Order: sequence, then C-alpha cells, then structure tokens
Amino acid sequence: MSTVVVNEPILKSPQELLDYIEKLKEKREKKLQKPSVYVCVGTGCTASGSRKVYAKFVEVVKAKGLDVQIEKVDDDDEPVKKTGCCGLCSLGPLVKIMPYGITYSHVKVDDVEEIVEKTLIKGEAIERLLLTDPITDKKVERLEDATFFKNQTFYIMEAVGTSECESIEDYMARGGYSSLAKVLSGMDRLEIINMVKASGLRGRGGGGFPTGLKWEAAYKSQGDIKYVVCNADEGDPGAFMNRTLLERDPHSVLEGMIIAAYAIGARKGYAYIRAEYPIAVEMFNKAIENAKRYGLLGENILGTDFSFELYVKEGAGAFVCGEETALLASIEGKRGVPRPRPPYPAQAGLWGKPTLINNVETYANVPKIIRDGVENYRKRGVENSPGTKMFSVTGPLKLTGIIEIQFGTTIRYILENICGGTSNGRKIKAIQIGGPSGACLPEELFDLPLDYDSLKSVGAMVGSGGIVAITDDRCMVEVARFFLDFTKRESCGKCVPCREGTMQAYNILEKFTQGKATYEDLENLEYLSDIIKTASLCGLGKTAPNPIISTLKYFRSEYIEHIEGRCPSGMCTAFKKYVIIPEKCKSCSLCARSCPNGAISGERGKPYVIDQGKCIKCGLCVTKCKFGAIELVG
Amino acid sequence: MISRTYSKVEEILKKYEYKKEMLIKILLEVQKEYRHIPKDVVYYIGTALGIPPAKIYGVATFYAQFSLKPKGEYTILICDGTACHMEGSMSLVKAIEEEVGIKPGEVTPDLKFSLDKVGCLGACALAPAMVINDEVYGKLTPEQVKEILRKLRERKEEEQ
Repeated sequence: MSTVVVNEPILKSPQELLDYIEKLKEKREKKLQKPSVYVCVGTGCTASGSRKVYAKFVEVVKAKGLDVQIEKVDDDDEPVKKTGCCGLCSLGPLVKIMPYGITYSHVKVDDVEEIVEKTLIKGEAIERLLLTDPITDKKVERLEDATFFKNQTFYIMEAVGTSECESIEDYMARGGYSSLAKVLSGMDRLEIINMVKASGLRGRGGGGFPTGLKWEAAYKSQGDIKYVVCNADEGDPGAFMNRTLLERDPHSVLEGMIIAAYAIGARKGYAYIRAEYPIAVEMFNKAIENAKRYGLLGENILGTDFSFELYVKEGAGAFVCGEETALLASIEGKRGVPRPRPPYPAQAGLWGKPTLINNVETYANVPKIIRDGVENYRKRGVENSPGTKMFSVTGPLKLTGIIEIQFGTTIRYILENICGGTSNGRKIKAIQIGGPSGACLPEELFDLPLDYDSLKSVGAMVGSGGIVAITDDRCMVEVARFFLDFTKRESCGKCVPCREGTMQAYNILEKFTQGKATYEDLENLEYLSDIIKTASLCGLGKTAPNPIISTLKYFRSEYIEHIEGRCPSGMCTAFKKYVIIPEKCKSCSLCARSCPNGAISGERGKPYVIDQGKCIKCGLCVTKCKFGAIELVG
Repeated sequence: MISRTYSKVEEILKKYEYKKEMLIKILLEVQKEYRHIPKDVVYYIGTALGIPPAKIYGVATFYAQFSLKPKGEYTILICDGTACHMEGSMSLVKAIEEEVGIKPGEVTPDLKFSLDKVGCLGACALAPAMVINDEVYGKLTPEQVKEILRKLRERKEEEQ
C-alpha cells in the first residue's frame, strides 16, 4: 500500500465544521453566478463519450484564455466542472452551462467550440442542441423546465446538473456533513436511533425492513467490536440507481454510514461495491480520502473520541452477494454463500461480530432525517412508506434513466408524465419491477401507488427499484424464462430447492417458448414455484419464482396460447417459419449461400425455397436478401 | 511446465499485506495481470496466505469475474440484463459469432478476443450495451458490433 502522509485534519470540532459549511454555502452561490460548464461524467454519459467532451471543454476554455479571464471564487475553482448523473442517461452526454442554466443533450466533441463561443461567452442558446421535451414536444432551454424533471421529487438527488461529484466541498456547500456535526455535538446515541425509527425509513435494497429496528438491534448487541457495512452490490439486471447515487453523491452515503457507526458504536466499516462499477468504486475511494483529509473519518473525528475507519471491498460478480449473509462471507474473502438466519447480522455478522448492514440509498436518507427532522422527512411519501425512492426506468420509453419520486406515485404517472410514454408507438402491456425477485404487473395495475405495502399486496416488491417497461410485442413467457435463466445461473448451489428447482423451472419454461409444452407442464410449473418459494434458504431462492408466479397470475392466457401452438406477441420464433415470397424472389442465390445449415435451395430463374425441416430460424437470410423477399410468418 | 518468477504475484500479495480477507481483491488483480487465474498461481497464493488451494479454487470458480482459462486480449462483455435482453442483446452475440467465430465463454485461438455474457452492466438506458476492455458501447446494432471488432483487429495488425 502507498504510504499516506498523515496531516493534521482540517476541521477539529463540530462547530468548526458548521462554520466552514456556512462559508462554502456563500461561495457556491457565487460560483453558480459565474460562467461555467458542467459535464456529466456518470457511467451512462461516459459510455456516450462525455469524458472526451469534458477534455475538449478544458482544452478550448484554456486555449481561449477563459480559465484566467473568469474570476475565481476559490483557488480550485475551474470553469469546466465534472458533475454527477442527472438521470437522463438516454440523452447523454449532457452539459449544463451556468449561470444561464442552459442544458444541452447528445453533445459531441465537435460541438464544444461552438458552445464555448456562443453559450459560455455570450449566453446564447444553440437551438439544435437543446433537448426536446417529448411530452410537450417543445425545445427546453433549462433542465428544470423539462417535464421529466418537473414531475419528479428531488430529495436524495440534490442539485441536479450542478453537483460536483468529486468535490467534498461542494457537498458541504449544500449543507452536507451538517448532520454529522449535529450528531457529534452531543446527540445521544439512542436519540439518533429513535429518530431513524420514528422517520419510518425502510430498507431501500428490496425487503423494506424498518431501518430503525436494525439499528436498534445492532446497538443493543453486546460486543467490543462492531461493524457497519454498506450493501452496494446492486446486481438486479435493469437497476442502476445505487451506482448512480455513489457516482453523483458519494458523500451522502458516507455521511449516513459515519452517523450509523456512531449510533451503534462501530469503529470499522466496509462498503461492498460491485467490481462491474469501476467509476463508483473510484468515486467512493476518492470520497473516503477527502473525508479523512477534513477529519470526518479516521481517528478522533472532529476532535471527539469517536473514531471510524472505512474500507471499500469490491465484489467479483455474484448476484447472490446482494443477500446480506452472503455479502458478509464475501467481505471475509470467502465464497459468497448465504447462511440461515437467525442469528441475524445485527447479532453475529462479520467475523461473528454484531454488524449493521444497509443499502446505499438507505444510508443516504439518514443525513436528511437528522437535518430536516422526523416531521419534515415524513412529509414526503405515504404513511407506511415515507420518503422518496430512486428508480431506474428502462425499456422502449421516450426517456429512460434514473428518476426520484415520492412513495405513493403511480406507475402510470412515471411511464407517462415522467418518461413520456413509449418510443416505438406500441402499447405498454406490463412493467417488470424489482428485478429477478420482482414481478410483472399488467396495465390494469398501473394506477397502483408505488409503495412497499401496495406492491406486496399484488405479489410484487419494490426490490432495489428497477422498472422495465414491456410493450405488447414482447412475450411474457419469454420474460419469465429470461429471469429464470438468470436465477438458475446465479443460484449459489447451497440448497436443493433453489439449485435444482430453478433449473427445472427454467427447463419447463423453455419448453413453452419452444412450443413443446403441455397442460401438465403448466401444473408442474405452479407446483414447483410453490416449493422453491417455501423451501429455499435465502432471499434469492424465496423470490426466484416471482416472475413465474406473477406472469401466471396476470398473463396466464399467454401460457395457454403457447400450449395451443401460438405465441401471441410473435416473439418466440419457434412458432414461426421463414418463407420466401415467390413474387419477390429474383433467385440471386445470396440467401442459399449465406444459410449456415444449407436449408435454402433453388435454381436460376425460379423462386428459391426454404426447407423447414432444416431451417434453424437464425434469420440470417432475411438480413442478406436485397429484395425483402423473405418474411417471418406466425 | 510453466516457469514463472512470481514476482508480480508477490507484489500483489505484498500490496494487500498477505491478508486472508483480501483474497478476492488479490485474485481480481491476478486475473487482470494474467487474464486468468493460472493453476500454479492458485498454489502459490495458497501457500503464501495459508489457505488450502481447494478453498481458493472454490472462490475462483464461484465469482463470475474469475476465469481458469485465459481470456482474450480484448474481453468482450455483452450485457444480457433485462433491458438489453429486451432490446436484442442476443443478436449482438450472434454478430460476434459471425465476425470472430466465438460463442459466450469462448476465446479465439489467437487469444485476441474472448466473449462473455454478463448479468447487468447498469447501462440500461443505453441498451443493448457491450463492454470491451472497460470501454462501454451503447445502443448497438449487430452491424456496429461487427464494425467495432473489425477496427480492433485492424488496429492490432497495424501495431505489429
């Protein structure tokens, strides 16, 4: 390990921190009035090339001497800044120009020169780069004016578009770490725990267990060593809000963890982050270093007798590690295999010591509760599910990405008023919520308010918060097969119902999609789902049949149709065949030459034919045919 | 017989202070260095950390990030998360098979490309997505994938 030069921490008491925050708040106000460029560097925008755009901005601004001309508020105040994800990943790279607030989407390196020239210097908007609001169909200049943003409730996601993700000072300037100062100014441990309990905060990772109760159990557990762990092993396919939060505001999670450590009496903690999220790992490590520099982490935090060390542990690609006992085994460097509970981690967790384990977003809620008070916190959301929740919304919608809403918002509101409805003109027949442990809900339930209890009542769960819109050209049996393919691969293999059950359920589902299923298979599938749900050891197995159970409940007719020899959506190719339309065929032989299985034959001057017995339905011939003479018929 | 000096492995072990709990991180770095977890390195780490090789083998086969067979110089990861699957990730897999002749879990004979399907890269808004050596490509069509692979192969040939 590299040697770290130990410097005196910058802040030595909670009061010093509060004074410092006030100073930074003023500076931030001033900064936002100066010409500056905010480039999103989240994973979504990075994949669309935002880091190259950022580098180009730095280069152009320097070449024009603007970095010197624009008056600096701070020594490290640069006119080009990196900002965290604002959620609108499908329109990336996104760039915001202050103080005008003008926001551009799909920015390319070639646009940079013009943006600097016209917008940064003169404050003029460039029409073609503005984003079009799909709901009003009008161009919007400022991010805040787009319906996508107006219809959300930002609480955990602060300062959308202008948060500086790598800067601890920026977090402080938004009032960050003031909750830690408050806690360390003499708040009683039980008082903090009671606040979390009274806030009604529930675990954002899936189960929705009351967070305050977990804290209380960990507090009451006897032991000289206790641990605080952050579960950032976001493995649900279709979910990336934890990653987004870690990338855009790592300090909010960090502050929540430090407060938790103080409350339960822990001196050491781990953040378990997926190795598939390199940017999140980098951001969080940077956040830890910065917090140490200020004396917010390490020995004698803010001059008190409270000390806390925090380490990042990378996962290595196992979905089951999202289960808390499996995650703890993985931190210890072992196979991530779950174990029966009790004892719960709060009693015996990491290396057998009392361990508090919460999700990323859960921790990020804590500083807000302390800062705003229980009553204010509960103003958002509904009685049994207070607060807000981040969701990742994907699928064929006009706008996709990360959103934040109050609990109690309906599914329809999200799909239509935030994401702007479908992008391909098709009807949305279902949503999949909660990943492989979640369920598929039909259109009839779109007016259901999203909260822990309502979702549970229809057999679904909030899960970590992934919503995938499914249009009517998609097959629900295939959706179930897809999820079982996932869970059967990710089953750790420890208990039989999960290991063998998911495999068998998958085999049956495959029979359906291949057109080989019978009514007996349908019965077996239901019976098997019930066994897996009842008899599996951990959350992965217990919830693995949910995609099957929910599709059987709401889309049973699709299963029946598959038995009867049809796939109503037309997605399962087994029910279809490729045919050559004689009138269009020019007998060029291109298809016959490209067919990998030699299924197409014919002779010059006559239309070619496909031997259905040999055809493997790969569809290659369709892509090769220049005359559109080959079609898939169902 | 492979002859190795193990100086690189030793460097990694030293970095993590020979701690048993750091096994996963150590293996991640070994994987990065050798593009797989060589059998002899398993024994070496086992001896150094005092963990039975069978346990290390257990960990190395449990997590998707590790491979006991060498990966390609370009490791192609096709995201098969929900969103990508729905947007046609399997057609990308097929395109890769057509272009370089490998299926998921395989590597080309010249060790240039290897292909794997992964759970979710979290780039769902850019579905279908692919990652090649840490570079993310989004909203892909099969034709674009072929084009990317062709460019990578040419780049390689130019360098040689």
